[in-house]
Amino acid sequence: MSKRLSKGGRLTDRSHLMSFTFNGRQMMGVAGDTLASALMANGQMLMGRSFKYHRPRGVVGSGAEEPNALMGLGTGDRFEPNQRATTTELFDGLSAKSQNHWPSLNADIGVANNALSRFLPAGFYYKMFIHPRPFWKHVYEPIIRHSAGLGLAPKAESRDPDRYEHFHTHVDLAIVGGGIAGLHAARLAGAAGLTVLVMEQTAHWGGRAPVDGGSIDGQAPDEWVDDVVAELAAMPNVHLRLRTMGAGVYDHGYLLGYERIADHAPGSDAPRHRLWRIRATQILTATGAIERPLSFAGNDKPGVMLASAARDYAVNWGVGVGDRVAVVTNNDDAYRTAITLHQMGITVPIILDARPAGGGALMQQAEALGLRVEPGWAIAKVDGHKQVSSIRVCAQDGSGVVQEEIACDAVAMSGGWSPVVHLWSHCGGKLDWDEAQALFRPRAEAAPLSHDGQPFVTVAGAADGALQHADTLANADAQARRAMARLAATADAPAPVVATEAETPLAPIWLMPANAGPELKGKAWLDYQNDVKVSDVELAAREGYESVEHTKRYTTLGMATDQGKLSNINGLATLSRALDEAIPQVGTTTFRPPYTPISMGAIGGEARGDIFQPVRRTPMHDWHQDNGADWEPVGQWRRPFCYRRAGETRHAAVTREVTATRNSLGLLDASTLGKIIVKGPDAGRFLDMLYTGKMSTLKPGKCRYGLMCNENGFLMDDGVVARIDEDTFLCHTTTGGADHIHSHMEDWLQCEWWDWKVYTANLTEQYAQIAVVGPNARKLLEKLGGMDVSKEVLPFMGWVDGKLGGFPVRIYRISFSGELSYEISVPASMGRALWDSLWTAGAEWNITPYGTETLHVLRAEKGFIMIGDETDGTVIPQDLGLGWAISKKKDDYLGKRAQERTHMADPNRWALVGLETLDGSVLEDGAYAVAEGVNANKQSNTQGRVTSTYYSPTLDKGIAMGLVHNGPDRMGEVIAFTDGEGGTTEARIVSQVFYDPDGSKQDV
Amino acid sequence: MSEAVSALSGAAYDGMVQVRDAGLQGMITVRGDMTSPDMQDAIMQACRLDMPGTLQANVAGERGVLWMSPDEILVLCPYAEAGKIVQSLSNSLRSCHSLVLDVSDARAVFQLRGDRLRDVLAKVTPIDLSPQAFAPGTVRRTRFAQVSAAVWMDDPRSARIVCFRSVAQYMFDLLSTAAQPGGEVDYFEA
Repeated sequence: MSKRLSKGGRLTDRSHLMSFTFNGRQMMGVAGDTLASALMANGQMLMGRSFKYHRPRGVVGSGAEEPNALMGLGTGDRFEPNQRATTTELFDGLSAKSQNHWPSLNADIGVANNALSRFLPAGFYYKMFIHPRPFWKHVYEPIIRHSAGLGLAPKAESRDPDRYEHFHTHVDLAIVGGGIAGLHAARLAGAAGLTVLVMEQTAHWGGRAPVDGGSIDGQAPDEWVDDVVAELAAMPNVHLRLRTMGAGVYDHGYLLGYERIADHAPGSDAPRHRLWRIRATQILTATGAIERPLSFAGNDKPGVMLASAARDYAVNWGVGVGDRVAVVTNNDDAYRTAITLHQMGITVPIILDARPAGGGALMQQAEALGLRVEPGWAIAKVDGHKQVSSIRVCAQDGSGVVQEEIACDAVAMSGGWSPVVHLWSHCGGKLDWDEAQALFRPRAEAAPLSHDGQPFVTVAGAADGALQHADTLANADAQARRAMARLAATADAPAPVVATEAETPLAPIWLMPANAGPELKGKAWLDYQNDVKVSDVELAAREGYESVEHTKRYTTLGMATDQGKLSNINGLATLSRALDEAIPQVGTTTFRPPYTPISMGAIGGEARGDIFQPVRRTPMHDWHQDNGADWEPVGQWRRPFCYRRAGETRHAAVTREVTATRNSLGLLDASTLGKIIVKGPDAGRFLDMLYTGKMSTLKPGKCRYGLMCNENGFLMDDGVVARIDEDTFLCHTTTGGADHIHSHMEDWLQCEWWDWKVYTANLTEQYAQIAVVGPNARKLLEKLGGMDVSKEVLPFMGWVDGKLGGFPVRIYRISFSGELSYEISVPASMGRALWDSLWTAGAEWNITPYGTETLHVLRAEKGFIMIGDETDGTVIPQDLGLGWAISKKKDDYLGKRAQERTHMADPNRWALVGLETLDGSVLEDGAYAVAEGVNANKQSNTQGRVTSTYYSPTLDKGIAMGLVHNGPDRMGEVIAFTDGEGGTTEARIVSQVFYDPDGSKQDV
Repeated sequence: MSEAVSALSGAAYDGMVQVRDAGLQGMITVRGDMTSPDMQDAIMQACRLDMPGTLQANVAGERGVLWMSPDEILVLCPYAEAGKIVQSLSNSLRSCHSLVLDVSDARAVFQLRGDRLRDVLAKVTPIDLSPQAFAPGTVRRTRFAQVSAAVWMDDPRSARIVCFRSVAQYMFDLLSTAAQPGGEVDYFEA
């Protein structure tokens, strides 16, 4: 049974006890434990169930590679599924739950799948659920959905109580990995004066070196690490970050780091995670290597784990993974585990070395300690259910004839090592197959390239395939200098001298024993998390899957949350054997960021709650808020849809606002309208090209309505242009169009007409703009005083500057409502004050603020179009009867040529008309006019559609505008519109100007 | 005449740094050929400050001239003087193609003050904030999280940030969030 040893645990503080729960059971750990080490210290090796067969599973690794020990962590709002116990730092009060079982971890009904495993081969879902077709939707999918997914989704009503943030930084050299290779590289680059950022995903510097032993420059590795870290910490140009993982490498040296600040201290006032957004000129990845499992029958039973992990638990956390630990290997490194465990008092009954001649110096050391070593031997199968009880051993080159049964409660296995090449590959770095070491390593000549064609990623140490301890630092030294040379920096310091045992080469062992039959291969796991076995990959190959990418998807190999960190190489080696092709020909699957899953919270950063998105506020925003505004988003602005009084419905509010405005006085915050200044000797010529009408003939002091089309002829914006002086125009745009139209102008000025003398500036926010609307509008302005706003001095479509009630204003006589209307523009900082003055002074006329819906109703009663209602990107001005706003005197304007094309000039285009229901009801928005017959898809033919539809309080009936085939020629005709409930509503085609057709009310 | 008020009327937050609505600030956008002697003379005459080089900011308190783009600068002046300076600049630039506009009301200005200034800024803007790249005397037009902004440092412990007036509340909330205690990064030297 696993337990806390009497000694060991260089990362733990045994004097500091910590209490935590696992499936509700109280357990004790010590400071410095991971959840995995603490569970094993409590004798808990069974940590979860597998996804497909619900097999009992224990921990396999000791770090980011862990596929099995996934937990639901925390409770309530802080519950999070699928957290790796191996990378979860223990804290007092931690609550963990194992996953994927029912009713309990020990007694799981889903394990029935295990008995059925021979009926659940690779591609089972594809093969089984295709027939009969209707069963998928009604039978299979509901069942699969119920059983699918790892862990529990957080409850829908839960809200993440933690905060997250981003951090941007620019460095010369970013180093991913704080092992000895990364630290050495940082020391060289730091001494050379480069700005350096070193990220280490764990809470400790030094990586594996302190566990693996040997010496560096005559020091024990952990002492060397401490010294180098102290040296780096004293350099102002070097930044060290623990608990920060290099998550992804992107184009041009963009690198994402994922810092887990407070995972181990929930409830503190620190952000939980911080996403580092790093712009690095050079990136050096010193990400080490991950040990591979061996493929033998029963290699997934709790207690079977990586040899390096067994060693880590003993040395780092003082935890023995078992009382009797058998070792099985194809290389020398696993002997270190055997020796370490033996020295710490754990029985190592046997070392099975699959190589016929065994190992080198390390094997001799083990033998000298009296350990039993059996070269050429292998594991035939593992016994035990929820825990290893014994292993049956056999010859590696046979078919699994059992020679002996060895009692043990854990197995430490090593199938060699795979460099962590993920970050190198994210941005296109290529790999070579290293036959001697049986691993993929970076091909230096095929590095990811930056904007200048130069490599920007360099790989150092074990990640570069320099696994032998003496080579690791030599490689890191050379690679660091290589990266520094690209930054025009050099280092004088010599490479450290490493003393360690020489190792003999490994033997590539992809199946144990070599000639294992179907029964053994069907229990030899490649991918633990997704339950993919050697037999599944072989079956895929037999069924014709040759591409490793296809095999991955068919078998789900490497598709789990660990992304195949342990399984990929073993899987593709198995595939290459089955296809009888060399491993390089089969190739690897694609490595994609992030390296391990990162939280959605970190990606979102600070953007949540009030700052989820910027909300644009006008200077009068607070007044609206305080006066019942029912908000509507318009672009990023918030505009009042209407102002509701206590107990009032929206409909009632809009009716009240419309009636008050038509009969007396309304007030509208129009500040959101775009206001773009266009100035220069060529400004008139420029606007003549942008608008369909002629603006260059406009006189200073006057306004003109204009339409703007894109190059394809489609109407994209409209608004009133005011000429300020000979050289200067102010163009009003729609609320949503301001930024886009400004960009559109700059695009044409910068890219096409770069020699025209025109400057533009977006002044939208410089002014608050208030529309004073209604028969009493003039009286209100006269009451404020200071300006002559009579018809003679300020006629319709004129503007004038002056001081109104003490405010410096510009008043435009323009109307979007059909009433007497003044739009008053005032510096934004005085907007609220002017609004308050108007509000107070207007009381005697029952001044009524109105929102966007009343604005819509007023304009629809007048038959004015609205961009986005009457237009949808497929409508040209001619469709809307706006031919009068298109100048016939101009040679050209943007969209002119497009509007002359056959389809645009087609008389059969739908055209704008007014619509009046026979029963006075309101047509459904977007309703279609039904025509005779059906189309090729057996759908009813159509002859038009509704673009705007409202209840008109002024006329007390439904009014609408729509585009109808030959509409303007069919006045008085009654046609049917869909009503959204399967029936139709009859409406008469009429003029779209329902109110004051001769315009007498706005021109008074 | 009515009193003008800044977007957030002097709102302030004290955290890792102090965040403060800096109140009304006169701001004038000038576009034109910044290399022409006429333009340089006009700026010198109106502002008593040199034309800034690329990415440079010549700022002294409420007054300053800041580089915005190859053909645009931003003039800082007391709020009440903006109209007068617009007039005088427009007059002296009458003969050369240019654009002079009062944009004081289109913007909000925030001041950040404190030792952890760079760390707080780095949470919300992607510019290089190392002292070598960004120091008093330089200006950047960039983004702060989801909105555009310009930022310069008045001294090693304080910076001013300009954004559009309509997003003043967002900017204030954003900066206050970034300055919230507990989020110390200890990256840039105080």
